[in-house]
Amino acid sequence: MQKNTTNSITERIGLAFSGIPLAAEPLFEIAGLTITNAMINAYIAVAFFVLVALVSSRRKGIVPKGIHNVIEALVEFAMSEIQKVTEDKKKTRVFLPLVATIFFFVLFSNWLGLIPGTGSIGIWEMVHGQLELVPLLRPATSDLNLTLAIAVTAIITTHIAGVAYKGGFMHFSQFVNIRGIVLAFKKGPMAVVIALVEFFIGLIEIIGEFAKTLSLSLRLFGNVFAGEILLHVMLSLLAYVLPVPFIFMELLVGIIQATVFAMLTLAFLVVATMSHDHGDDHEEDHAKDKKLEPEHA
Amino acid sequence: MDAETMTLLAKALAIGVGSIAPAFSIGFIGMKAMDAIGRNPEAAGKLFVPMLLGMAFAEAIAIYALIIAFTL
Repeated sequence: MQKNTTNSITERIGLAFSGIPLAAEPLFEIAGLTITNAMINAYIAVAFFVLVALVSSRRKGIVPKGIHNVIEALVEFAMSEIQKVTEDKKKTRVFLPLVATIFFFVLFSNWLGLIPGTGSIGIWEMVHGQLELVPLLRPATSDLNLTLAIAVTAIITTHIAGVAYKGGFMHFSQFVNIRGIVLAFKKGPMAVVIALVEFFIGLIEIIGEFAKTLSLSLRLFGNVFAGEILLHVMLSLLAYVLPVPFIFMELLVGIIQATVFAMLTLAFLVVATMSHDHGDDHEEDHAKDKKLEPEHA
Repeated sequence: MDAETMTLLAKALAIGVGSIAPAFSIGFIGMKAMDAIGRNPEAAGKLFVPMLLGMAFAEAIAIYALIIAFTL
């Protein structure tokens, strides 16, 4: 029994706006773990990347052949982009795995959700008393659980990196700035007042960390979910020529959101590992670069 | 004015009012990028990625409003 036997435009628009549910629909259970349709897409992406890892580990020799060319080009591109932000070779190599993984995983998940059949091939089931189509596939990043997981991982990694580069005490004194108060006692009463204000600003920074997590996850989720709804509406109205510009826009949105997520993670990592006392070292590095330039020219 | 009417009104206002400021900010970012490219056409390549980044951040605020409109 299918609902697509209506003809009038109004009824079709009404059906189109039934939209897709915010939460990913569960499909079946394996040993008590509920598998949703977004999880299936996520596991397809994981399987793809495991395959890429296996293929790229079979490389023999320095000169790449075939598919290794593509993989090497992508990794070099990622490294050059990250180098522009960190300006430090060692940090680039440390940050590259996380940032490039986030970029490629989010990009692949976004684009996988545009393949015809995602969101349209499904099972007609009774959901909350109404007969609805439960799709078998759904973009992985249109599930808030996935984007929240990636965001939490990214923010926790920035804290771990901060502790690793600056030491635990220095890192957490950004947030609970007792060190500043103790140091300020030597300087005088004005400095103590400033140190107290900085202490409370540090406490607000803790809330800022949660805001970063929320904003990272909601930005990606909102963009992909809204794109899904947009495509559903457009395809319900007219399935042939009309959706093409919207699918193209979703391609652009996919790549832009992957870039934004990865670049923001990189920016947070750089800020967390930046030691505030090393401003002078930074200027020395730039001076060395300037001395080298005439030799290269 | 029962709860359902208010919910509908809240959804509409959330996304309606909530996308005014992001629309202006995206326009401003684009405007400043056009100014910079006009002064220095060679910088267009360098400007593209930061402009997109800035626009994505501004758009995220509209997305937050859209999430509220969806979840109400």
